[in-house]
Amino acid sequence: MRAGSMGVSIAVNTLNVTLDLSALAKMKWYEYVVVFLSGGTITVIAGLLAREFGPAFGGLFLAFPAIFPASATLIEKHEKEKERPAEIANNDRGRQAAALDARGAEIGSIGLACFAFVVWKLLPVWNAGFVFCAALGAWFLISTFIWSVSEIYRRKTN
Amino acid sequence: MEFLFRFIVGGLIVSLFSAMGGVLKPKSFAGLFSAAPSVALATLTLTIFKNGKPYASLESRSMIVGALSLFFYLALCSHLLMKYKIHAAMVTISGLALWLLCALGAWALVLR
Repeated sequence: MRAGSMGVSIAVNTLNVTLDLSALAKMKWYEYVVVFLSGGTITVIAGLLAREFGPAFGGLFLAFPAIFPASATLIEKHEKEKERPAEIANNDRGRQAAALDARGAEIGSIGLACFAFVVWKLLPVWNAGFVFCAALGAWFLISTFIWSVSEIYRRKTN
Repeated sequence: MEFLFRFIVGGLIVSLFSAMGGVLKPKSFAGLFSAAPSVALATLTLTIFKNGKPYASLESRSMIVGALSLFFYLALCSHLLMKYKIHAAMVTISGLALWLLCALGAWALVLR
């Protein structure tokens, strides 16, 4: 497990993953509100659907893309705002940034299926806290590994 | 009261993962956090307390189908945004129909 996470960490470092905390300050207050409201609403809806139609139906909505439309729209908007000073007329950069986010999320959704698989199989027999840690680890490591491999392949072919 | 608590916990966990995605570069890596198990963490934790572990485990089995539907939905969004000049909001909202089709179709055929 340790060797696996170290391998992923090295791969991520060589692919120039960086942390830019100033991005938090660039977000407007109402953008945080939109994300909070979307997250809260889908959590309530998933609970209501499970209560009304049972866990097999409600569980589907634990992977509903409630936040994605809002986040992709915000990414497109932020990239467009960056373009303004240079007076670039088209919206391509904003749209492509949203497309890249979607591509990353596409890989993340494979990790999300692994998260669900780990919880499904281990929750009945193991401690819930441990199961969630293992499932989160599976989501992150598998997503990051697939992303690293796809980035290396993309760079070699370009 | 229970649903207000669910709303607040769900909103906070989703906001946390969203912020983590917001500070990471490149964009494709940050995108991983757009598919983070944020709603699942909030919902499953509360479900275990209220309905027990077998109930939450059954929800997780269906979540696998939801996540695979999410994969198809995001593949469609990524393709349309990259190839055509359509606004992100239009693509991502209308694409939700594909998620519903995949998820509900698989539920009707396999999970019900």
